[in-house]
Amino acid sequence: MSTIAPERTGVTTERTGTATQAIEESQTIRLAPNYWPFVVPALVVVGAVIVFPWAFTLWMSVNRWTLGQSRSFAGMENYLRLASDPRFWESLFHTLTYTSLSVAAPMFLGTVAALIFDARFPLRGLLRGVFVMPMMATPVAVALVWTMMFHPQLGVLNYLLSLVGIPPQEWIFNANTVIPSLVAVETWQWTPLVMLIVLGGLASVPREPFESAEIDGANAWQQFRYLTLPMIAPFLMIALIIRTIDALKSFDIIYAMTQGGPGTASETINIYLYNTAFSYYDIGYGSAMAVVFFIVIVALSFILLMLRQRSQWNDVEGK
Amino acid sequence: MSSRLLNQIGLFFAALVIVSPAILFFLWMISLSLKFEIDNGAYPPILIPERFAWSNYVKVFEENNFLLYLWNSVLVTGTATLLALLIGVPAGYGIARLKAEKSAVVIMIARMTPGLSYLIPLFLLFQWIGILGTLWPQIIIHLVVTVPIVVWVMIGYFETTPMELEEAANIDGASSWQVFRLVALPIAKPGIVVAFILSVIFSWNNFVFGVVLASRETRTLPVAVYNMLSYEQVSWGPLAAAALVVTLPVLVLTMFAQKQIVAGLTAGAVKGG
Repeated sequence: MSTIAPERTGVTTERTGTATQAIEESQTIRLAPNYWPFVVPALVVVGAVIVFPWAFTLWMSVNRWTLGQSRSFAGMENYLRLASDPRFWESLFHTLTYTSLSVAAPMFLGTVAALIFDARFPLRGLLRGVFVMPMMATPVAVALVWTMMFHPQLGVLNYLLSLVGIPPQEWIFNANTVIPSLVAVETWQWTPLVMLIVLGGLASVPREPFESAEIDGANAWQQFRYLTLPMIAPFLMIALIIRTIDALKSFDIIYAMTQGGPGTASETINIYLYNTAFSYYDIGYGSAMAVVFFIVIVALSFILLMLRQRSQWNDVEGK
Repeated sequence: MSSRLLNQIGLFFAALVIVSPAILFFLWMISLSLKFEIDNGAYPPILIPERFAWSNYVKVFEENNFLLYLWNSVLVTGTATLLALLIGVPAGYGIARLKAEKSAVVIMIARMTPGLSYLIPLFLLFQWIGILGTLWPQIIIHLVVTVPIVVWVMIGYFETTPMELEEAANIDGASSWQVFRLVALPIAKPGIVVAFILSVIFSWNNFVFGVVLASRETRTLPVAVYNMLSYEQVSWGPLAAAALVVTLPVLVLTMFAQKQIVAGLTAGAVKGG
């Protein structure tokens, strides 16, 4: 338990820092109401279900520990093993392929959808409602129905392909097509989130610049490229960051449809991590993998956040 | 005028095209769940069968203990959401009033963390205190999902509610708790509704926690549906019916509370990062 303490105090001191600052500020106005009791219960829960697991994971990762066997200190052994594990590198490659495709496709389609739904037309509200539904549907239920639709003999997708003269595919049952097929499901489910975020951005775009651009004879593409795009850039960045984090973490769809198969063709880090910890019960090694996985997510998010800072600067200059 | 009409019709069809994957998917899902085996195996596929197999739905509940799993889902989602509201609404209020926006970083990091990294340590903890056979492990671990959502939505909401009334009550000698309970909370009702809906949806849909923590008796619906699939059950009708039963409550909620969901998601997302 001793390893947990510094982590916790670290968080609290940081918070007290901002607290004293805030209290000082409000004291200059009038009697300062004490807001801390409101936050304490949540802090306790966050400490128990979020901070504690993190500290414990770090500790497990430096131990040789398979459930049901005795535990011994291992130092960096698990991390070194990770570096020389070809299955881990393969899963990292799958994760990055899966993520880049599952970010690019929803970003493009979501932006197009937002541009359409930003305009006025009949039944707009109803269609938007239906468009948002995939995002809210239970992922496992969705995965199950997609699995039936991907069925090589009886699936409806191969029938639809045959209508336009394309030969039947093996979809998730072939190592070469499994990742793109899973990406299609992920895209189907998460394009609406990108659409909603970009739609929020479009709602904040002022009308006047477009009117003057129209007078100056700018065509629709020029208006989009030089007016709309720079103005919604911060929203696109937010969508990009959220989508990247979610795609990296994707589990339900992949696990329910292929469990990483055929073979290990669609095994992402998350799936490999699950198998290591809960099929082989190697929780020491699994924890090391969780730590490295978290670092990958934070690093990628950080790079995107830096890009976001830059896009905001451009935005300010643009105005 | 007529060119504007043409433009609207064009936009309508463009929207129809981009919505069609969603429409077709759900139509096909309903179709699969209402067909007998012979129709589900037909080639070319049949969208609307001549006879509807309502018995598929009966089978789901009769043969797979779905009533128990439905009840488990209600208990886990309900308790985890209520607990999250109980601690998350005051926390959102406190953070908004303390202007401690930096604490939002904690929520962002919670969002970045893969669910599995909570699972290993908490699994061991639950095993150690001996509550693995009950619903409590799932309720507790669902707080990982529900608390950040509630806190996130409520921070955003309390930041927009006016301070003047609270300051007036404060000057009149009301305690912080009275100000919160009698002034801030009633105004925040719409925000609480948004937090409640989002928390219910994401807790209901959660699969990864249940697949590890649930035993035969404590499965939630997503896990129960997954188990039907993994037992190589060949009949598609009952499988699709089960999938529809699991996701129907969420879809109905989405239809009726579309405005709140959109407001909550975009507010949260736009404030994020």
